[in-house]
Amino acid sequence: MSLNRTFAIVLRQFYLVRGSPARVLPLFAWVGIDMVLWGFITRYLNAVSSAGFDFVPVLLGAVLLWDFFTRVMHGVTIAFMEDVWSRNFLNLFATPLAISDYVAGLVVSSIGTSSVGLIVMLFLASAIFGLSFVGYGVAIIPFLLVLFLFGVALGIVGAAIVLRFGPATEWFIWPIPALVSPFAGVFYPLATLPTWMQYFSRIVPPSYVFENVRAIISGHPPSVNALIWSVVLAVIYVLLACWVFTGVYRHSVRTGLVARYSAETVS
Amino acid sequence: MFNCHFGGTVTMPNVLSVENLSKKYGDTIAVDGISFDVERNEIVGLLGPNGAGKTTTINMVLSVLEPTSGSIHIEGIDVARQRSQALDCTNFAAVYAPLPGNLTVYQNLHVFGLIYGVRHLPDRIESVLEQFELRRFRNFKSGVLSSGEQTRLCLAKAMLNQPQLLLLDEPTASLDPATARDIRTKIREFAMRGLCGVLWTSHNMYEVEHVCDRVLFLSHGKILLEGDPKTLPREHGKSTLEELFIAVAREPLALERV
Repeated sequence: MSLNRTFAIVLRQFYLVRGSPARVLPLFAWVGIDMVLWGFITRYLNAVSSAGFDFVPVLLGAVLLWDFFTRVMHGVTIAFMEDVWSRNFLNLFATPLAISDYVAGLVVSSIGTSSVGLIVMLFLASAIFGLSFVGYGVAIIPFLLVLFLFGVALGIVGAAIVLRFGPATEWFIWPIPALVSPFAGVFYPLATLPTWMQYFSRIVPPSYVFENVRAIISGHPPSVNALIWSVVLAVIYVLLACWVFTGVYRHSVRTGLVARYSAETVS
Repeated sequence: MFNCHFGGTVTMPNVLSVENLSKKYGDTIAVDGISFDVERNEIVGLLGPNGAGKTTTINMVLSVLEPTSGSIHIEGIDVARQRSQALDCTNFAAVYAPLPGNLTVYQNLHVFGLIYGVRHLPDRIESVLEQFELRRFRNFKSGVLSSGEQTRLCLAKAMLNQPQLLLLDEPTASLDPATARDIRTKIREFAMRGLCGVLWTSHNMYEVEHVCDRVLFLSHGKILLEGDPKTLPREHGKSTLEELFIAVAREPLALERV
């Protein structure tokens, strides 16, 4: 791997974002709106529900963590899509750039863009609605780590899908977080789900995060074993995603899709 | 200045060596067992009608298309085994591969300069901006440049790392005659100055005759003819390179027997 080449991919993303309000605004606007919307919903629920239960950490905290995951995934995918939209594959892949340099560049770009969203969400949720992550203790570190890693994994898989099946398939990848969310138990305990869905939930790393968030809020200690397992699971997904992307790239080089990307073929 | 290390040989290898290169798509043969070299300070023209296999060959040399069989060595480095090292000393410009229009001229050169590991990058960028008369466009988005200016930008990118192997796929296709002549002169100077070799495709036979030291005529994925573009037409009973080109395109079998 070459740090210079990875930096080049990140720099390209930085140049794009810096020079374009249309790219800057989505970094924080939608997650900011989510915080405000869910902040007021939790206030309302606090007002109408029985005394003693605070919806802010349960709902607003969950939305914040889920939005962070979504921003990470979209951060990777959007960085990749910039090369699709500008038809840049031939220029990029006819250089000494290795796939590992490229994917690392997408991930680092996503760290930058998702951090902006996270900071804005933390500011709004704490300043306006009094959300505090202090109660989560050090568990917040594995929470964010698992969501980050799983977001990276799905982002890379999304990029692989678009590379394999063509630019039109981008519309399959944006709703992926919405498809995963019922199994992640963002807003409800996994026990709420039917048994067959609970089986799927066990292989979705964020489900362990949200179960532990609810456990901590209920006054129970987090399950260290579950958190370790979720980190391991998320790492496995990242490795699998890199393997899938590399396989798709090699297939594209074999069939000529990289050279003629706009041809769009599923052969 | 050179980034490449020769691939384990004592004598300097050819800039490009292609051996028995083939590409098949199912039953369709795009490139059929071609072999050729590009030597130092040599400009080789890869000619042929549309669909002859020129761009397929260039894509395989650039490692964006995997050959079905055969080998490619750049500076003695096997492209299949050491892709990054081989492409370190290569660059290309193609009429169908403009640089991203949403970055400025300077930003594009900066990003690609980093990818190619160009030393003293800011100075080198200034140098190619000057060389290709792009200085006044440095902060313009590449997408708003005219097609001729975009072609010059692609060529500036192609020269950025001072490659030993330069691949040019119809580099002057969108340039006016005066600019095209300037560009041809610059590329010729570039090829003669260092230890560089150039593989050049063009449909402009006047250009090929003036620029190339040697030409390869491709038809249906095979090399039919090879030689000096100034003498080759007479050797095959044609008065001009363009006539020879048309004959290759229309009657390749007849020429194969010559």
